[in-house]
Amino acid sequence: MNETLRHARHVIGENPVTGVAFGLFVLLLLAAIFGPWVVPYDPLGSDSSASLVAPSARHWFGTDQLGRDIFSRVVAATRLDMIIALSSVIVVFAAGGLSGIFAGYFGGVTDLIVGRLADTIMAFPLFVLAMGIVAALGNTVTNIVIATAVVNFPLYARLARAEANVRRNAGFVMAARLAGNTDTRILLFHILPNILPIMVVQMSLTMGYAILNAAGLSFIGLGVRPPTPEWGIMVAEGAAGIMSGEWWVALFPGLTLMLAVFCFNLLGDGIRDIVDPQRRT
Amino acid sequence: MSALRPIGRRMLTALPSVAGVIVVTFLLTRVLPGDTAAYFAGPAATPAAIAEIRAKLGLDQPLPVQFLHYVVDLVHGNFGNSLTTGQPVLSDMLARLPASAELIFIALFLAIVIAVPLGILAALYERSWIDHLCRVVATAGVSLPVFFTGLLLVYVFYYLLGWSPSPIGRIDVFATAPNTITGFYLIDTLIARDADAFRAAFSQLILPSLTLAIFALAPIARMTRGAMLSVLGSEFVRTARAAGLSPYTVVITYAFRNAVLPVITTLGMVFSFLLGASVLVEKVYAWPGIGSYAVEALIVSDYAPVQGFVLVMAVLYLLLNLGIDIVYGLIDPRIGLEG
Repeated sequence: MNETLRHARHVIGENPVTGVAFGLFVLLLLAAIFGPWVVPYDPLGSDSSASLVAPSARHWFGTDQLGRDIFSRVVAATRLDMIIALSSVIVVFAAGGLSGIFAGYFGGVTDLIVGRLADTIMAFPLFVLAMGIVAALGNTVTNIVIATAVVNFPLYARLARAEANVRRNAGFVMAARLAGNTDTRILLFHILPNILPIMVVQMSLTMGYAILNAAGLSFIGLGVRPPTPEWGIMVAEGAAGIMSGEWWVALFPGLTLMLAVFCFNLLGDGIRDIVDPQRRT
Repeated sequence: MSALRPIGRRMLTALPSVAGVIVVTFLLTRVLPGDTAAYFAGPAATPAAIAEIRAKLGLDQPLPVQFLHYVVDLVHGNFGNSLTTGQPVLSDMLARLPASAELIFIALFLAIVIAVPLGILAALYERSWIDHLCRVVATAGVSLPVFFTGLLLVYVFYYLLGWSPSPIGRIDVFATAPNTITGFYLIDTLIARDADAFRAAFSQLILPSLTLAIFALAPIARMTRGAMLSVLGSEFVRTARAAGLSPYTVVITYAFRNAVLPVITTLGMVFSFLLGASVLVEKVYAWPGIGSYAVEALIVSDYAPVQGFVLVMAVLYLLLNLGIDIVYGLIDPRIGLEG
């Protein structure tokens, strides 16, 4: 453990960008947990006398058409965006990761079914498929989570399959089998912990994509509904203002969204450097 | 004739994917929760009307029978009717497809023209400013929400600088749209020999295609750089250099021709992203393509256009992947077309 910490410090020291990304991540986490309580204004409270006010000392990010404080809304939106992204990543980790290791370990029919399922999903442009799923299941936040998880399924299933397949006849697996462990037990307690680090890197790398996907869906009017603060929908609400010079309505939620995605992409690279030094780029 | 046989064989291997796509689009409407008849009837329908539509659509029949009907309908080009426009979905989409295709292909072209030289230069001058530029572009490209980039470009080039025309639609409201021949405005205006209309259509196209191109740049640039780096380090390049060939011959004829293969593979993935992102870009620029058609239908729960849209996009993507595999086989004869 001490060794890992030292290695982590070395990686961060060598690449300060990872440190910055980690700082951003902590900030996002704090905003997600405490955001709604510390913001200066009610994220839903409109004030018709102060609509479309440019950024100032009173309203750091300005106000929107209904006079709502954009800073408060951006901060309060962090929780919803993080929950959507995180839950979709957890769902796809469970579904894709598990079916992947079963396919890689057992091979045969299981492998064929999982592989065919992944191929079929990959035959669609992913965002288009996500749109179709949300449209079919119904226009709710839960279905955005499901759609984002489904389109990421092939990525997780294939990775887990490849990693499990390499290890199915490794020495420690044979030893476990010889000791009388059942296949399920070998999979869950011997193979899964072995490929967990690689899967965690994958989760961090897909968090960024999950945030983008969810924001894109709500930008076209799916899932999250007004007046709920969410970054994608806030950019959509500010789109009209762009043509008449009210840049701040769309800029700040858009910038925050971009920073969050940026943060997770860099963090993913950093975590990969720490847990999987052989794949360093 | 024998040269065409592997291509035909490769097309056969696409059939399972086509089947999978059709099954999924069928499942999206029929099996999942929610009353399909109510979807097709629209939000204002009475229960009697819904029951009538259910019988008319054959939804009271068993699932395999419904699937058979669905496939037969597809073969006859019957994608259902749009409630919003009152037209058959297929003719609606065929009318709008050229707008999307023009946008996506110009964007892909722009992305390749910018990203490939950038990647090559970044690999040639590793750790120079151009390498860093390439890395920044690659990281920014995957992090930027495409709808946000679009709005930023509109603000800078339309509102602040006034260089770009009003970002609504395919052609300026004061210019006349060309007669539809191919549906591609750039080509149709040229056929009509209408220089003003060509200019109007072209300037309207710049910002949306640039938005999409910025998005597609990143993976292409990163892949080109990586592929070039590994090829430049290989022995045949060293030999070519030692033999005194000109740097141009070494880099372009020897190195790049080998590096281009993984780049072409990446194009398939890039195209998947582009098709998805085009929906968002069409929404930002009020571009009358199939993406904005699907979004308009989605908002009012008009399901047939959405279903048709998903199917058409998947087929487009399949066709492109097929094309990529064929090109791949032509460039690199070592690769068979079976796989």
